[in-house]
Amino acid sequence: MSTWRALVRDRRAAIGLGVLTVLALAAIFAPLIAPADPLAQNDILRTRFLAPFSSGPDNVTRWLGTDRLGRDLLSRLLYGARISLLVGGLAMTVSLAVGGAIGFTAAAAGGAVDRTLMTITDAALMFPRLVLLLVLVALSRPSLGLVVLVLGFTGWMGIARLARAEAAAILARPYVDAARALGQTRFAVILRHVVPNALTPLIVASSLGVGNAITLEAGLSFLGLGVPAPAPSWGNLIASGRDALVNAPWIAMFPGFALVLAVVACNLVADGLRDALDPSSRYDSMITVTGARGSAVNRT
Amino acid sequence: MVGAGLILVVVTITFLLINLAPGDPARLWAGPAAGEAELAAARHALGLDQPLPTRYVSWLWNFVRGDWGMSLARQRPVAGLIADALPHTLMLTGLSLLATYLGGITLGLIQAARNRSALDTGITVGSLFVLGMPSYWLATMLVLVFAYGAARGGWPGWLQLPALGVASLDAEFLSPVGRVMDRARHLVLPLATLGLLGIAGTARFVRAAALEVGHLPYIRTARAKGLGGFVVARRHVLRNALIPVITLLGLSLPMLFSGTVFVEVIFAWPGMGREMVSAVGARDYPVALATTAIYGALVVLGNLAADLLYAVADPRLREDPS
Repeated sequence: MSTWRALVRDRRAAIGLGVLTVLALAAIFAPLIAPADPLAQNDILRTRFLAPFSSGPDNVTRWLGTDRLGRDLLSRLLYGARISLLVGGLAMTVSLAVGGAIGFTAAAAGGAVDRTLMTITDAALMFPRLVLLLVLVALSRPSLGLVVLVLGFTGWMGIARLARAEAAAILARPYVDAARALGQTRFAVILRHVVPNALTPLIVASSLGVGNAITLEAGLSFLGLGVPAPAPSWGNLIASGRDALVNAPWIAMFPGFALVLAVVACNLVADGLRDALDPSSRYDSMITVTGARGSAVNRT
Repeated sequence: MVGAGLILVVVTITFLLINLAPGDPARLWAGPAAGEAELAAARHALGLDQPLPTRYVSWLWNFVRGDWGMSLARQRPVAGLIADALPHTLMLTGLSLLATYLGGITLGLIQAARNRSALDTGITVGSLFVLGMPSYWLATMLVLVFAYGAARGGWPGWLQLPALGVASLDAEFLSPVGRVMDRARHLVLPLATLGLLGIAGTARFVRAAALEVGHLPYIRTARAKGLGGFVVARRHVLRNALIPVITLLGLSLPMLFSGTVFVEVIFAWPGMGREMVSAVGARDYPVALATTAIYGALVVLGNLAADLLYAVADPRLREDPS
């Protein structure tokens, strides 16, 4: 709980969480907010490449303009947010499960198992992720599920390291000794005490991974390997805008703004968390705690 | 030795992934109209009728010897294709690494020296947003401004930059100096994309590392001796802040290579990344396999280089100090 409190108190993290909440709400309620059907093409010749804030022959204002086929860009952007955030969130969940399992196992087992798992983690950190993604996604049939799985299974390394560090710190606490003394097995201690206590920082730390996953998914769509054509995603919106850069620069611009906003928000949350968990800031609070205790001792 | 082992792991994983992925290279090789007999013949010609372990061993043996097979889509040796593409990629990544570290370290040290000033806050916020930008979007926006916008707005000639390729079509007819200038102008936008992203990340990191070192007592001692701010920054802060920055070099290589893939596709830069994307799109297995393996090997080599740099930056890590 204290992690959450520290996060909300951190101004940057609060802003990041706020932006992410707004984006998530916009994605969830896209069918209610979107002014038009994201796939509706209307009269292509007269409604294509309409500039932002202009209205076409039908007197409907296009807040962000229209694309090559006269489709409303704001609506496509809102529906695209669903895919981007969904992929980012699900990929993070997969990473969390894999990284958590590996990190906790390493901390619990110790010795040779620990060393082996951490060596694997370090080696996996070196693997060029995009290269792997490209090959995997392109050589099999593109699907959202595959993208989520591949992103998840290539993004767990940071989580595994943090999970191991957190678990090791918790295992050194007196209440773990107490639990062991009461006869609980090693496995039960991990499940009942370590996992619940280490989970919050892990979840928040993976927000950095969400930003990366969103960028990479959009990148795959940008290369034409992600979400198939008529469905809008931020990546394929930018790609379609690239083809119309001279006629309609706004098509590539707005999805990019949305992407930057989402990724910056994720990074702000992660930054806030790092400061909240920073050992040096903890060190400061420890000094004040022991200082107070010292003065109490002096008084008696 | 560890490096060779890692490269072997990367290459093996790539081989397994590509061979276990659905899709039939024989179909591509023989063409869509091929019958069963022709497909079987194609499989035999490609060695696909052998069991996987046999194929792996013979592929690995050939790969180590530099025989990387024939490109299915282009009917030319993969090794020649890569020999053409690799220098372009290495030039782009090398120059952007240079720009990243020169720019990032300078900015980071300035920020740490002027901690909490308006300049520091401005650079921090700016680099936060640049870091949030995907390379393909930043590249597209740079093209929009400096290729289309500059031409339309009638900006001075040196600000109108080319958005495609490594040289102009008529480069052959330019003077030697003109040819170099032409190449340099084509390099500006791809380099700016990768450089801006790299500088933003490095500056954040150097700032944090320098601030951490700046609080330590020996910095106060150095200042108390009467050393100037610049000397302290260079000799005491930078030297000690450099160690985590070198770690960052190793970790940021995969990101940099991802960046070059997009940048090469967008700027039609004839390097490895573009080769890989088109090979993957065309199901050109030998090229996809070779480019992936080489990317993996480059990342591993970069990490080994970072390990060697530790010893250069930090005398305590040298094996024999005497």
